[in-house]
Amino acid sequence: MELLLATAVGVLTASGIYLIMRKRTFPVILGLSQLTYAVNVFLFATGRLAVGQPPILNKYAEVAYTDPLPQALVLTAIVISFGMTAVIVMLALSAYLSSRDDRIDLTEEPGDDA
Amino acid sequence: MNHLIVAPIVLPAMLAPFIIMVIRHHLDLQRIFSVAATLILLGISFALMGQSLGGEIQTYELGDWPAPFGIVLVLDRLSALMVLLTSVLALPIVLYAIGSGWDKRGRHFHALFHFQLMGVIGAFLTGDAFNLFVFFEVLLIASYGLMTHAGGTRRLRAGVQYVVYNLLGSTLFLFALGTLYAVTGTLNMADLAVRVAEMPPEDTALLRVGAVLLLLVFAVKAALLPLHFWLPLSYANAPLPVAALFAIMTKVGAYSILRMYTLVFGPEVAATQGLVGDWLLPAAMLTLATGAIGILGSRDIGRIVAFAAIASMGTLLIAVGLFTPAGTTAALYYMVHSTFATALMFLVADMVMERRGPDITPHSPMPQSGLIASMFFVGAIALAGMPPLSGFIGKLLVLQASWPVPERVAIWAVVLIGSFVTIVGLARAGSLIFWKSHAVDPQTDPDTNEPTEIDTAPEPYPGLTFSAAFALLAGLIALTIFAGPASEFAGATADQLFNPDRYIEAVLKGAEK
Repeated sequence: MELLLATAVGVLTASGIYLIMRKRTFPVILGLSQLTYAVNVFLFATGRLAVGQPPILNKYAEVAYTDPLPQALVLTAIVISFGMTAVIVMLALSAYLSSRDDRIDLTEEPGDDA
Repeated sequence: MNHLIVAPIVLPAMLAPFIIMVIRHHLDLQRIFSVAATLILLGISFALMGQSLGGEIQTYELGDWPAPFGIVLVLDRLSALMVLLTSVLALPIVLYAIGSGWDKRGRHFHALFHFQLMGVIGAFLTGDAFNLFVFFEVLLIASYGLMTHAGGTRRLRAGVQYVVYNLLGSTLFLFALGTLYAVTGTLNMADLAVRVAEMPPEDTALLRVGAVLLLLVFAVKAALLPLHFWLPLSYANAPLPVAALFAIMTKVGAYSILRMYTLVFGPEVAATQGLVGDWLLPAAMLTLATGAIGILGSRDIGRIVAFAAIASMGTLLIAVGLFTPAGTTAALYYMVHSTFATALMFLVADMVMERRGPDITPHSPMPQSGLIASMFFVGAIALAGMPPLSGFIGKLLVLQASWPVPERVAIWAVVLIGSFVTIVGLARAGSLIFWKSHAVDPQTDPDTNEPTEIDTAPEPYPGLTFSAAFALLAGLIALTIFAGPASEFAGATADQLFNPDRYIEAVLKGAEK
């Protein structure tokens, strides 16, 4: 379980970082979303890994429970990263449509409007 | 509980959706509500400042959940100072945006403006590390909208870069917070401070990783050297009044460094001893040097001011990086100064840009050239740190604070040479823009598109734009005249920061540790 999770975070992060280094916006956005997946899985693991346990304290019996806080954090992080991905897709799309060019770098061309 | 503490977050949080949902088709109403809300915000900030003057640390527990479990807002001197700085900066900028007509060149300017204020103020007030992340996101999301306000190919493409860079920063922030939570089991800053101090020194490898990751995140925000790449391009391509508002955004990074690395990973904490100061100081010096060289090498006026902003962040972070009470005093004074000076220069740059375009070349004369030139002159003096304005006092405080540390020769050299290069760069830009303009005959200049417009300002309400710029200038002058009380207050704030026990006590009062 630990090995599987650690590998997943590692592979997602590595491929995300590789894709972010690319020149065009589409792979960069894919890379960013892979990074956010990686961080979500990572956050989930920060409360220690537990399978099949409720995130609720039971005061009448000694029942094992899992830490609920990372789940709340992951939920927040998922919502934010989902929204951000939508924003950057729209922004990249409008930048592409207005310049007919989806490179990330800004090259100094004469005649660009400032 | 004192509900006034949450008011500066709730007010923009209520107003911005109201603007979007109810009055989005009425620009006049939007302007009235926006200015009125900014005025109220200013009143609240002054009241909060008055409450914090005595040195009492107040907390506000959201939803009445006790401290380590719920989210708290904390009002100490530093938070009150930063909130006041934000709202004092917001008023001239919203007036300028109305006066120059920037707010009607795209949609939802006022709503985004207030969301941005909400995020910035929330980041200054919160006492919870994850909540800090959430407010960072609020201010970033609003800033994405403001940065691409009014569109245009170049601005949109610069916007994509800006968003990508900041999304990376946010991901890093989450990794850092996850690591800290995994090690300590808490995200409340005061609780973190307690747990970190108790941690056995041989068991802190992960904690150190978390602390460094967090520093990287704040360095991205504060445009510290290896992570500053996003700043010149996005500030120079953003609408310049928005860039003036962004002057407070880099300060959010500096504030977070100051807060986290005095409270949680303080200078006495064995686990992270020497981890931050040793890196921050050289990086800050390089930042200052790069900013100064950038000013010299820029060819358009927006970039000049953007690099000047980087240089002033360098000076500020040198003072922060000393991690001594004297250094922090200097940093706080310089922070207020550099926010006003940078914002003023962005507004002046916008006036120039509206009249004659961004590039620094001789050009036919522009309307109100004399007035703008004198404002550029005063702003440049403030930014470069020459007497008589507050930049000089700020830099003097920084130099004085760095005297006891062993790196003093390097710091003095970088600050003084950096100031000199800044003066040269700004003088070159100013003389090319304002003096050489008369050397070009408007009749023979083929670039002059509207020779008939020579006497009229391009803004719809030039009176409003000029009074906004003069308000910022008045702020600088007030900071110079009242340098004594201001630096006394900064000293008291630094005192509070370097005695984190009272902060921890105030936040965790009833709770068993």
